[in-house]
Amino acid sequence: MIQTKALKFAYSGTKHFTFPDLYCADEETLLILGESGRGKTTFLHLMALLLQPKSGNIVLDGEHIEALSQASRGALRAEKIGVVYQKAHFVRALNVIDNLLLANYLGNRAQNRSRALYLAESLGFSDHLSKKTSQLSQGEQQRVSIARALMNEPRVILADEPTSSLDDANCRKVMRLLTSQAKDIGASLLVVTHDQRLKDEFPNQIFL
Amino acid sequence: MNIFKISIANLKDKKLNSFLSAMLLTLGIGMISMLLLLDKQLDAQFKRNIKGIDMVVGAKGSPLQLILSGIYQIDAPTGNVPLSEVTRLSKNPMVKSVIPMSMGDSYNGFRIVGTTHQYVAHFEAVLETGEVFSAGQTVTLGAKVARETGLKVGDTFESSHGLDGAGEAHGSHPYKVAGIYAANGSVVDQLILTSLESIWQVHDHEATAPGLQAMKELEDETAPHEGHDHDDHQDEKEVTMALVKFRNPMGLMMIPRQINENTTMQAALPSIEINRLFSLMGMGIDTLKALALLIIVIAGLSVFISLFNALKERKYEMALMLSMGATRGRLFIMLLLEGLLLAITGFAAGLLMSRLGLWFFAKSAARDYHYDLAQYRVLTEEWYLLIGALAVGFLAALVPSLGIYRINISRTLAEE
Repeated sequence: MIQTKALKFAYSGTKHFTFPDLYCADEETLLILGESGRGKTTFLHLMALLLQPKSGNIVLDGEHIEALSQASRGALRAEKIGVVYQKAHFVRALNVIDNLLLANYLGNRAQNRSRALYLAESLGFSDHLSKKTSQLSQGEQQRVSIARALMNEPRVILADEPTSSLDDANCRKVMRLLTSQAKDIGASLLVVTHDQRLKDEFPNQIFL
Repeated sequence: MNIFKISIANLKDKKLNSFLSAMLLTLGIGMISMLLLLDKQLDAQFKRNIKGIDMVVGAKGSPLQLILSGIYQIDAPTGNVPLSEVTRLSKNPMVKSVIPMSMGDSYNGFRIVGTTHQYVAHFEAVLETGEVFSAGQTVTLGAKVARETGLKVGDTFESSHGLDGAGEAHGSHPYKVAGIYAANGSVVDQLILTSLESIWQVHDHEATAPGLQAMKELEDETAPHEGHDHDDHQDEKEVTMALVKFRNPMGLMMIPRQINENTTMQAALPSIEINRLFSLMGMGIDTLKALALLIIVIAGLSVFISLFNALKERKYEMALMLSMGATRGRLFIMLLLEGLLLAITGFAAGLLMSRLGLWFFAKSAARDYHYDLAQYRVLTEEWYLLIGALAVGFLAALVPSLGIYRINISRTLAEE
């Protein structure tokens, strides 16, 4: 689960954001909708503990993060949060399977090859494991980045415009995979998007 | 999956950049290492043969030439001197020993040196088979000569005039192989040793050849006839040079000057001439070393530029890894490792290159001068070279790697 209360953030004094409170229980999906410039990505980065809020607090899987130090936030992020970015980015020198295992390695966990294989199988890219990520199509890349977000079995999955660069077919596929995988591990799924295609499918919505 | 593996993957991903950096380092390191090896080898070779020889006397000319031809057998001799002068020198109380040498003939490019058994004793040559040469047209072969020519004890061969193996053959006076020396790394390995008498015999009888006979008669007519008896016969004998050893340092002070001023011979001091030669070569070597250092600096620059660019290109990647739980220290080490890996690769390849270069050089030196320069173990100086290479890799990688600490994760991830 993840919960935010009275989150505020400011870039360089002039640009202020106030974010609505939200609560997303385990196995639930929450859509955060908003036009560009409304601070969607900022909100996501706050929840991903990449930015520190000016005020307000976040409860992640029962832990109040404002009490934590910088280092333990990083550790908490690696352990409990999986992020899917708008555009899939990888360590380009590594192949697909190594990019997945990297999540384990950097998160200080045992490298779980069988989980990587399982995710590749269920997300449908098991034929591409030894390829470089740049050789994959955009839809495939997005699925690999979802698999990477799931490698450490996070409690919260944050997805930043995961479908914006995908066509309808891939969009549906990626969302279906995201929701089913999140349910699988009992994680909360938060999708930040302005993609109108998703509106009708997820009743749980917040507007920025 | 670990930092090391990612570093290697990154280097492989930028093959051309990595290749250029490693290549430059290889060149620089290889050049320096080869110079070190050559320096050491030449030094050892030159010093080994010079040992125990205080002075060389021979015909007037270049003293360096006298040393190079007399001790190292690599240059042509300066000419001949009368044996009587050499004999007189050996009677000087300050002189401990005089080893006369007579040169000018060769077999298959290997020099035939007429000398005494003292020469053998001086270079500490030990027989492998057979016996030492005697006055009766027998020779003892150096190990290398035996190996290359395939001559065995009991075989006969005809010497040819000149040192390059292209002269006319002394047809009527074949030499017989009496023995073969064991290899000992000295100049003896590449020589065919015989007695002075044998050399004279070959050449005396040649004087009876039709053309030379006429010349001889011409000389005899102009030469004074007085005192032309058997006792004086030694006066006509000539040797090419003699290796001299003094009893005490006084000899070194006085005798060379006496010889240069009062005789038809010149005296050359090996230590002085070789130092002169080395200082001449040293300038070239220093220039090459400076050039090699410059190449290494450029290699460092190349490592720096490629890592710097890599960091710019991989900034998102780095932010991503940081967001996934990597510490900045870990990524810093990863980048540093890339520089160090390049340095190690360059060093290893450089060492390999220098050995390969030396091998080729040794082959040609062996062919032209019969010197064996091959020596491939890692020198102490080369470990310093490794430290230097690592320092270059480290410094070149340091500045780009520090960029890790300036990455703003959130902003970098949001930008793209």
